[in-house]
Amino acid sequence: MTATAFRMLAALAAGLLFGLGLAISGLLNPAKVKAFLDIAGAWDPSLIFVLGAGVVVAFIGYRLAFAINKPLFDDKLHLPTSTRIDPSLIVGSAIFGVGWGLAGFCPGPAIAAVSLGLIPALIVTLAMLIGMLAHDRFAAGKG
Amino acid sequence: MDVYLAPIVGGALIGLSASLLMLLNGRTAGISGIVAGVLGQRGERFGHDIAFVAGLLLGPLAYLMIFGSAPQVAVSASWPLLIVAGLLVGFGTRMGSGCTSGHGISGLARLSPRSFVAVLTFLATAILTVLAMRLGGWL
Repeated sequence: MTATAFRMLAALAAGLLFGLGLAISGLLNPAKVKAFLDIAGAWDPSLIFVLGAGVVVAFIGYRLAFAINKPLFDDKLHLPTSTRIDPSLIVGSAIFGVGWGLAGFCPGPAIAAVSLGLIPALIVTLAMLIGMLAHDRFAAGKG
Repeated sequence: MDVYLAPIVGGALIGLSASLLMLLNGRTAGISGIVAGVLGQRGERFGHDIAFVAGLLLGPLAYLMIFGSAPQVAVSASWPLLIVAGLLVGFGTRMGSGCTSGHGISGLARLSPRSFVAVLTFLATAILTVLAMRLGGWL
């Protein structure tokens, strides 16, 4: 098998674990996400444990990966290079947060829930793809 | 599963996924960036990214096989609201270079200051949005 095939298999396995994790954690469920964000209502703080457990496990895995400094199926680590806290980062994140709050879907759960045959997830995903294309086509590099 | 155990187990699996992707392929598990790769913004990543998205779609089906029932997904938003929300999520995550996974899991695990700022920002506007909907009587 070629290195590309190994990389694709690894990505498939990682994606499956990610999707399974979303389903088990409750993050796949917009009603639960909205309850997590609804601090003035019947606040359900349980989703903070998803972030907590995810960051702790990824922190350990990343320490290991950075110590080895060479991925098994690739020549080098591909890490984000930007370190600037610029207006695009803040305005973009703020816009994303509004969209996340409106429907309770962030990108991972929206896509993953499509496989369950849920029309609302498909609508959000299609609109999200259009939003991404709109940014990359018209706004990228102008912010 | 227990109300707090399920988020911890699910979160740990997400962290394991991010760890594997870094250890094996040297890539961060940022969904919005991966989807952009599929959309053809970064050609050499296409195969890798489409494989990840295929796995992501299989995840809830794996849940169905393991637990014998589909995970609960309850959506209250109307179709127009879903469209507006999706457009904002898509545009915002590209402009802000990441979402709940890329900034929230991978970025925080790398102790990236950019990701700390991004996470605090989108959590704040998401909470304010839900608060505004509650005050407006839309919840």
